[in-house]
Amino acid sequence: MFSLMKIAVRNLVRYKRRTFLTASLITIGVVFVLVFIALSGSFKNMMVSQITDSFLGHMQIHKKGYVASIDTLPLTMNMGTQAIKKVKKAISDVPEIEAYSMRIKFGGMFSNFIETTNIRLNGVYPEEEMKAAPLFPERIIEGEKHIVKGEILVPELLAKGMKVKLGDVIVIVATNKDGSVNGKQFKVGGILESATGPGGRDGYIHIDDALEVLRMDELQISEIALRINNFANLGAVHAKLSGILSRELNKEGKPIFEVHTWEKLSPFYNIARMIDLMTFSIKLMLIAIVLVSIMNVMIMAVYERIREIGTIAAMGTLPKKILSMFLVEGFSLGILGAVIGNVIGVSIVYILNISKITFNFGRQTGLVLEPTVNFIDIFTISTIVIIVSVLASLQPAFKASRMEPIKALRHV
Amino acid sequence: MSLIVAENLSKQYISGEITIDALKGLSFAIDTASFISFVGPSGSGKTTLLNLIGCLDTPTSGVLKVSGTDVSQLRGKSAADFRGKNIGFIFQDFNLIPVLTVYENVEYPLLMVQNTPQSERRSRVLSLLDSVGMIEQKNKFPDQISGGQKQRVAVARALVTNPKIVLADEPTANLDHKTAYMVIDIMKKMKDESGTSFIFSTHDQKVVGEAEIIYTLEDGELAGKRGKGGGRHV
Repeated sequence: MFSLMKIAVRNLVRYKRRTFLTASLITIGVVFVLVFIALSGSFKNMMVSQITDSFLGHMQIHKKGYVASIDTLPLTMNMGTQAIKKVKKAISDVPEIEAYSMRIKFGGMFSNFIETTNIRLNGVYPEEEMKAAPLFPERIIEGEKHIVKGEILVPELLAKGMKVKLGDVIVIVATNKDGSVNGKQFKVGGILESATGPGGRDGYIHIDDALEVLRMDELQISEIALRINNFANLGAVHAKLSGILSRELNKEGKPIFEVHTWEKLSPFYNIARMIDLMTFSIKLMLIAIVLVSIMNVMIMAVYERIREIGTIAAMGTLPKKILSMFLVEGFSLGILGAVIGNVIGVSIVYILNISKITFNFGRQTGLVLEPTVNFIDIFTISTIVIIVSVLASLQPAFKASRMEPIKALRHV
Repeated sequence: MSLIVAENLSKQYISGEITIDALKGLSFAIDTASFISFVGPSGSGKTTLLNLIGCLDTPTSGVLKVSGTDVSQLRGKSAADFRGKNIGFIFQDFNLIPVLTVYENVEYPLLMVQNTPQSERRSRVLSLLDSVGMIEQKNKFPDQISGGQKQRVAVARALVTNPKIVLADEPTANLDHKTAYMVIDIMKKMKDESGTSFIFSTHDQKVVGEAEIIYTLEDGELAGKRGKGGGRHV
């Protein structure tokens, strides 16, 4: 193997300019893919964390069928005391869940005594909510970063439209599960910055106030937002929790609960998917670049060395060894491009990190881009380049190994 | 027992609708440790015959036995195996591998064909380089040595596997007379030392005189055979 590698490397050095051009092409491809993955990954992570940490949570638990009719915020599909107990028990069995927040979601009328409009409201336990959605306090752009009983956090756009400000008194009117109407006065305790996505323009009140408005004698919650300790394990934790809760069946033997990750709850998952798709497309382009450039250079290498192939074949070199010789040459070229590309790519990502590039996402401004390249990305890209290099060398190498020595020796 | 036996050996090439008789019913026998020359004008069949003996090509008809093996049936891997074990080649254009040093070129058949252990490889390569007077140039690449030196390296490479036969197609065609005789002398010396049979084709009448037996080919037929005659013409 060492001899094959030595011959391969010397042949690459022999045609310096061609090797340089091909390796440069692969290097540029690797750099482009690495930097793109780092930037798009950073953007995606930031976008996802903005959505999950501001209001959505990593996962949510609802009564089965709630998400399908979430637009109407049906109080009839809330979880009662027994159901809440079961869910809490399930949560306690999953140590990866670090926080949860129980919410009562309902629709109501918002009145400033002059005008009235619709509002979607979340009744929450403030402590729980801040833990499950740690970026939530940052959305409170006016007032104390907390939710106090008797106060309401009003969405920014609604506050502007209804001309209410901090300290004003407003009335919330809502219909309870039985159809009767009730109202309660609130003081505007804060103005809430809108977040993009469902639930991003909801108002917030204390859960005890929600129970009062809805005239609930006992706790009945619409959803439980969950936060896990390692977002990378979302799939596994979701599967684990779903497995536990799927054992809870109703009288008809059907599951009582449903567990959804943020991906099922937010339309921004499609944007995240688009980013993944673009990354995949970029990787395909890299494959095409490596495939074409290596195949081209190896075809040239075989064509230029036909007499050499004839000579070594005449000496008794077996076809498989001749095949290996050219495969190792393509492999070496791939390694060269991958190594240089990775070094340059990682360096560029490092420089981008130092540069602290900022961007805006929705109403969020000045977000700092923090591109990162992990070992898996480097390993994946290097593996792609090396495997494709060997595959691209296969046809020319096979041709070389099948050459009749007598014809090869006659080649001029 | 003869090293090479050819009986009614023929080779035809088909080019379009034309059939070319490159060799027409040749019969001859060559003994071990011979120094044989095939002479004749271009197109007489010299190279075709060497290709058949070297298992690079197969005859259309007839029998060709090399070292007791009917080589007319050998193809692909079995032909490569046979060449690797029994035959060394010297080419008109030297055909050294340009990315390998003199030492590595001679080492190549031992390393890549016969998988000989490193210590044995080293002693055999150095011994042969010493015999052909190229030990001082062992670390040079082919483009750093002269044509005569290249052919001496090629002789060492052909002999390094201890083959029974070395085939040399016009080995002196690209060399001046002085260098050509030097290479022929080395080949003769190596024949005497190793007992390997050297079979070469040539146009050069002066070089022909160095062979022990000279076969003359004309239009694919054996036109004559004579023993060594005349001295060296300088």
